[in-house]
Amino acid sequence: MAPLSYYLILSAMLFTIGVWGVLRNRNALIIFMSIELMLNAVNITLMAFSSFLKDFSGQVFVFLVMAIAAAEVAVGLAIIVSIFRVKESINVDDVNLMKW
Amino acid sequence: MMPPINWPVIYPELAICITAFIVLIVDLFLPGRHKWVLSLISIFGVLVALQIVFMNFGLKGDTKAFFGMVVSDATGLYFKTIFCIGTLLAIFVSITYQRREFPEVGEFYTLMLLSTFGMMIMASALDLITIFLGLEMMSIPLYVLAGIYRGRYRSREAALKYFLLGAFASGFLLYGIALIYGAFGTTNITRIVELIADGKPYSPFFVGVGSVLVLIGLAFKAGVVPFHMWIPDVYEGAPAPVTAFMSAGPKAAAIVAILRIFVITTPVIDLTWVFWVLAVVTMTWGNILAINQNNIKRMLAYSSIAHVGYLLVAITVGGEEGVSSAAFYLLVYTIMNIGAFAIVVLFAEREEFYENISDYAGFGSRFPFAAITMTIFMASLGGIPGTAGFVGKFMIFSGAINHGFYWLAVIGVLNSLVSIYYYLRVVVAMYMRQPQTRLVDIAISPSLMIAIIITLLLVIQIGIFPDNWLSLAKQAASLAF
Repeated sequence: MAPLSYYLILSAMLFTIGVWGVLRNRNALIIFMSIELMLNAVNITLMAFSSFLKDFSGQVFVFLVMAIAAAEVAVGLAIIVSIFRVKESINVDDVNLMKW
Repeated sequence: MMPPINWPVIYPELAICITAFIVLIVDLFLPGRHKWVLSLISIFGVLVALQIVFMNFGLKGDTKAFFGMVVSDATGLYFKTIFCIGTLLAIFVSITYQRREFPEVGEFYTLMLLSTFGMMIMASALDLITIFLGLEMMSIPLYVLAGIYRGRYRSREAALKYFLLGAFASGFLLYGIALIYGAFGTTNITRIVELIADGKPYSPFFVGVGSVLVLIGLAFKAGVVPFHMWIPDVYEGAPAPVTAFMSAGPKAAAIVAILRIFVITTPVIDLTWVFWVLAVVTMTWGNILAINQNNIKRMLAYSSIAHVGYLLVAITVGGEEGVSSAAFYLLVYTIMNIGAFAIVVLFAEREEFYENISDYAGFGSRFPFAAITMTIFMASLGGIPGTAGFVGKFMIFSGAINHGFYWLAVIGVLNSLVSIYYYLRVVVAMYMRQPQTRLVDIAISPSLMIAIIITLLLVIQIGIFPDNWLSLAKQAASLAF
């Protein structure tokens, strides 16, 4: 079995890629996907610790996080669609009636 | 054997949650013109919850439930009282607006109640995962509420910005929780404190990075500079009653989570200087940017950032005095801020949207009662003696001086002086400027008047006789230590 640090480094890298994606991309959907990537990176961390500590609560948390992420998808896609209906674009630079 | 669940601890949350679903179901069977019934059900539900909160102050025996994940202590109950009052006032502010602007949207009240449910969970949470769940329960309905006025494009835009940045911040919070879980093998705050007291070795790296990430996530929700960039846009774009609602409760919920994690429990790592810097930056930045705003909602948004800065002063002070002054200030802030937004809603209740400060010209002679009320709220937000805001600020800054944070107190008082300038701009516009166009009448709605009168009376009452309220806040803090 690979040591704990491998999983932690993997999840830290995935999390960083997610943060980078949120900050660099202008497309609302890709930003949203990057946020999901961040949440899944956290899931890997939780699973790795759970397995390493022989403690099951970490695996329960993963299910909670997945449920929360699903709820966010439901709300987030609806919001993105409602913007698209008006703007015909989901580029966050076009969402600029008020200054960011 | 499994310990008992201990249901009475979460009766207030259950009352709110059940009311939310009753509203959702009744909404299906109500024709559009009768949606006002939903607001009555919501008000009734919140009052029931408030009553249960008061009864829970005398809860005997074990106050923990769900295996120590939630607790019903004086701090949590005090904040639940604030949330109930805030939601109640926000519902009163919303009724007429909702009926006029989006009459078919009955789920408005469900979302508001579900968000309150999340805040109450956050206030009673004793486990990092419960705090995360409460935070999401609070935020997801708020994303929808920000965008609920689909007739206005700004509202949709506010929803998108709030959602993207809110989800981004909760990612940080969650990663922090995961790292703390890895360091201690548990996410329960009491358990972590016990483990540290027992001298269990832990990785300071994970705990340090985890704490900072958790702080970022919560600071975002509270609107601490530099995580405040969403606040002005969302407050401006969201419908005014929703702004009133989200400027009060969610901030208080984020602050109570910060208090629980970083102040009330024995801090694992000393973050005093971090809070010191954040307090100074938040106060100053919020106040400086508020000076130049013409839109009143945007001005109040920046002012709310500055108020979070004052709260951070109390958090920096820490200890019993810090917690009690923060708790007291949050109560005062909730009341006066919702009062100010109620006046904004009142003036917006006309054909056009009167949201610029210059539009308020001539209101002093045209609507004398509303203008004098707005003046009192502005004075209270600015911290002028005789109002509730002054007592709140006095408690925070005297706490800072008692604990040797002299510079923090000086910077805070200077900031208060700056803030009086932009609050007075509204008053000057109302009384000393001539209106450009002829002013039309405003329709007085009874529910809005109820909200305004309650907040006005409370602001004056707390300002002149603060003793009872102060002792409540002190009690909320003293039992935590």
